[in-house]
Amino acid sequence: MNKLFVYLKEYKKETILGPLFKLLEASFELFVPLVVASMIDVGIKTQDTGYIIRMCLILIALGVIGLVCSITAQYFAAKAAVGFVKKIRHALFRHIQSLSYTELDTLGASTMITRMTSDVNQVQNGTNLTLRLLLRSPFVVFGAMVMAFTIDWQAAMVFVVTIPLLCIVVFGIMLVSIPLYRKVQARLDRLLGITRENLTGVRVLRAFCKEEEEIAEFEQRNEDLTAVQKFVGRISALMNPVTYIIVNLAVVALIWTGAIRVETGILTQGMVIALYNYMSQILVELVKMANLIINITKAVACGNRIAAVFEITSSQKQSSSSPEKRKDAPEVEFRSVSLQYKGAGEDSLSGLSFSAMPGETIGVIGGTGSGKTSLVNLIPRFYDATGGQVLVQGADVQDYPLGELRGMVGVVPQKAVLFQGTVRDNLKWGNPDATDDELWDALASAQAQEVVESKQGGLDFEIEQAGRNLSGGQRQRLTIARALVRRPRILILDDSSSALDFATDAALRKSIRELPYSPTVFLVSQRASSIQYADRIVVLDDGEAVGIGKHEELLATCPVYQEIYNSQFRKEDA
Amino acid sequence: MENNPYVQREALRKVLHRLKKYRILIALSILFAAATVGLTLYVPVLVGDAIDLIVGPGQVDFVCIAALLVQIAVIVGVTALLQWLMNTINNKITFQVVRDVRSEAFRKLQILPLKYLDAHSHGEIVSRVIADVDQFADGLLMGFTQLFTGVLTILGTLCFMLSIHAGITLVVVLLTPISLFVASFIARRTYAMFKLQSETRGAQTALIDEMIGNQKVVQAFSHEAESLEKFDEINEQLTKYSLRATFFSSITNPATRFVNSVVYAGVGLTGALVAIAGAITVGDLTCLLSYANQYTKPFNEISGVVTELQNALACAGRIFELIEEESQIPEKENAVVLADVKGNVSLTDVEFSYDPKRPLIRDFNLSVKPGQRVAIVGPTGCGKTTVINLLMRFYDVQGGCIRVEGEDIREVTRRSLRSGYGMVLQETWLKAGTIRENILMGRPDATEEEMIAAAKASHAHGFIRRLPQGYDTVITEDGGSLSQGQKQLLCIARVMLCRPPMLILDEATSSIDTRTELKVQEAFARLMQGRTSFIVAHRLSTIREADVILVMRDGNIVEQGNHESLLQKGGFYAELYNSQFAH
Repeated sequence: MNKLFVYLKEYKKETILGPLFKLLEASFELFVPLVVASMIDVGIKTQDTGYIIRMCLILIALGVIGLVCSITAQYFAAKAAVGFVKKIRHALFRHIQSLSYTELDTLGASTMITRMTSDVNQVQNGTNLTLRLLLRSPFVVFGAMVMAFTIDWQAAMVFVVTIPLLCIVVFGIMLVSIPLYRKVQARLDRLLGITRENLTGVRVLRAFCKEEEEIAEFEQRNEDLTAVQKFVGRISALMNPVTYIIVNLAVVALIWTGAIRVETGILTQGMVIALYNYMSQILVELVKMANLIINITKAVACGNRIAAVFEITSSQKQSSSSPEKRKDAPEVEFRSVSLQYKGAGEDSLSGLSFSAMPGETIGVIGGTGSGKTSLVNLIPRFYDATGGQVLVQGADVQDYPLGELRGMVGVVPQKAVLFQGTVRDNLKWGNPDATDDELWDALASAQAQEVVESKQGGLDFEIEQAGRNLSGGQRQRLTIARALVRRPRILILDDSSSALDFATDAALRKSIRELPYSPTVFLVSQRASSIQYADRIVVLDDGEAVGIGKHEELLATCPVYQEIYNSQFRKEDA
Repeated sequence: MENNPYVQREALRKVLHRLKKYRILIALSILFAAATVGLTLYVPVLVGDAIDLIVGPGQVDFVCIAALLVQIAVIVGVTALLQWLMNTINNKITFQVVRDVRSEAFRKLQILPLKYLDAHSHGEIVSRVIADVDQFADGLLMGFTQLFTGVLTILGTLCFMLSIHAGITLVVVLLTPISLFVASFIARRTYAMFKLQSETRGAQTALIDEMIGNQKVVQAFSHEAESLEKFDEINEQLTKYSLRATFFSSITNPATRFVNSVVYAGVGLTGALVAIAGAITVGDLTCLLSYANQYTKPFNEISGVVTELQNALACAGRIFELIEEESQIPEKENAVVLADVKGNVSLTDVEFSYDPKRPLIRDFNLSVKPGQRVAIVGPTGCGKTTVINLLMRFYDVQGGCIRVEGEDIREVTRRSLRSGYGMVLQETWLKAGTIRENILMGRPDATEEEMIAAAKASHAHGFIRRLPQGYDTVITEDGGSLSQGQKQLLCIARVMLCRPPMLILDEATSSIDTRTELKVQEAFARLMQGRTSFIVAHRLSTIREADVILVMRDGNIVEQGNHESLLQKGGFYAELYNSQFAH
């Protein structure tokens, strides 16, 4: 949390002035009972109407000053809180963007999104409230006690006893109920889980006629939730009655002591009233403070979670100058490369060596978890090899500035992701300077021309968030086009035709082979038919290359390849 | 729609209806609330009386004071007890109503037609059942209590004040509305700012969702700078709107506090003057001052409560909308229980479409004999699952009919129809729980041996045995550490155990590793032996061995026949078939 305060620096002035003005306001508030006391003791006793009017004007004046001070304070507090959080959000977004895939995997998208949205909002609220109230409430509570001492030390002893007692009750109840509220949340989450599960599995559940069982389970969990809610409800329901008793018993004690002190002539009637008024002020502020503390705890917890994200830094170092390339070198070369993901016990790739000459097509095939995606992810350096070297044009990928390296590579990831915006905006991710003609060329090669033509507005067709208004196959073809717009030297298609039917898939492969700038292509697939005609096929099994060669060679020599091929084409088809 | 008064009134009526069974508790709560308010207001009067007895040195009536103080102590004790009881009762009512409504909503989910569930995002439905119900409870029931005690406090205070002095009461009554006016003025002005803030926040969240959720793509295209720029733009906007909303709304407190202090001063002035005239005592004045302090509070609370109530009613409206959504067509009273299903399925002149404007399936005829295999093929997104939806009666046909063993499936119980089928979908779904629970889903009473036999037959036994807790390994909803193929095998085992006479299978297109895939194929083959099967097929071998192939395109069944006859025909099927070998 402390680390975040850097972002408050620019708002130092506001951070100090806000609470300061609040204190001013509170001090004026503390004068009110004294004014009332003298109004009674002097004004009424001596029947001095002028004095009473003057005192009332003072009351209003105190109110006006209080109003001005507190509005000023609110302004500074709001400005500091909002500005603070703006800086945090900016820094956080920037920071997340600087993380490498390894860290992104560890964090997970949903965590990062929560940090940036609800956590940040909590921090804003917490900061705002803290600046406004943290000093004010204790100040009023202890101020009231101090004022009581200025009136009469013996009567003030009632305050000395009452305040700690109230603190114990208020904070005690909070302390007990907060963990219980967490339990409520956990049970609510479970209920939510069941509901979601029920919806996603609705077809299976209905197929098995499990509706009644589902209802029974839901009701059981629902009952669990209600039970703990009622329990914590009973405890927090104690707060008001108990504090009410304490404060009023204190009032009783106060009046009794007051009575004795007045009898002996030490106090006046007005002073007793002033003491009574101070007592009433205390409770209100204590309750405010309790709520504030809940808010602060929440905000601090959120702040800590945000700070934790800042503490994660990219594990990749990047070079600032372009490396020397070799003209005659292979476009991509793997030299006994291995990769072990962070936190994984085993290598995902091991001892992988092969090379791809410019313009060649490399097929990568293997079962799930065999390391196909890991292999291609090493080329644009999404991950760093934990052993060996990956070279592009004869230079280690780690010697490239990331921008330069990735600029050469067109990636079509497995998951077809598009962004909100027009088709044109999306395609221009590949190359911001591309002309419409170039975009259409890319679309044609990606078999996506008719997709765009069929949409209203063509290139200006608005894609909704996550490409919701497109089918899976359409999205996939557009992501291919996006990569082609870049006219990449290296094109990576990571199982990118899974949503396409066989005919489109075949046409796509054909047009990629015919690209005029003949990129080096890495074709990852589970379908033997897709990679069958590659210049070289890498067969992966459990992270190891169990065969590298042409289709016919592999069919003759590589048992894993045979197995894959035969499972998809029965012998007589071949 | 949500602020439509009619909808709100309707929602309110339905809420009241559900409160009916707690009417005794509610009556008690109201009673305690009234008593609490009355007693709370009475205490200042007693304090005032006590203060009146403390006039000056030698003028203190200790006996009477003691009596008054004892009285105060007793009343305070009783008040506190009543208050606690009221709180507890309110909690009980609130939480039980929430429980009831949630149960009702969940029960409804079980009988809603798939048409509704498919058309609405699951997140939205979940949020209605969970979040909206919570909001509605907090807002509505807590709101009612606050409203009720608030109104009582105002009325009570007025009465007590009137009993002391009418003129001073008038001062309070005339000045307090200023506070209300100020509060509602600010609220009205800030409403637009809050709306702007939340809209901008929404836009920012959407952007974050997109850019951070797909951060890998952003990095792959080195698009970081552009997305940061876009983010900063919204961030700047949000900051501006946020500052405005936060600041202006935070004026409410100081402003109403100021009005309060004006009221206080007003009461002080008139009270003191009246006291000089001798119409009231100093104790009365103290009492009036403490009332003046409290009087505006319920007003401010009530104005807050009203917005909360509206919000709560909107939430309630959304829940009731779900609860009152049209259920699936209930079963006929004399619905037949399908027994002894052999696997005769016939479709006669079936007509169906999801959208009445876009006819989909028309004049679909098919007759399947026991043990036959029907393969459904076609390009992606051509509506192959529609057939599954109709066979399982997830959706009803709009014309013609589907018969199983000669019975129209609309005339038989859903349970008996659906238990006749075993269904394995491509999107594997497992329930959070143990492996055992998942396999036993269709037949919870199966013996251990039967379960293991089913698992063995579907090639799942091997990997299950290797799991840390074997059949008792707990898996999460998404299957946790199980691979896609293993999940599929579990789904097959689940069906294998039930030995249904008919099957609906959805072959996986990809993402299963080859070795497991072989096992899945074998398991499928074993499952299909002697059973009528409908298969959404991607694999040529499956397709060619089918007795009937349904070729679908854009939701329509365009061709029907077996492999040879369709190839000969040279139509769409032939085109599809040949394209696999095109290169």
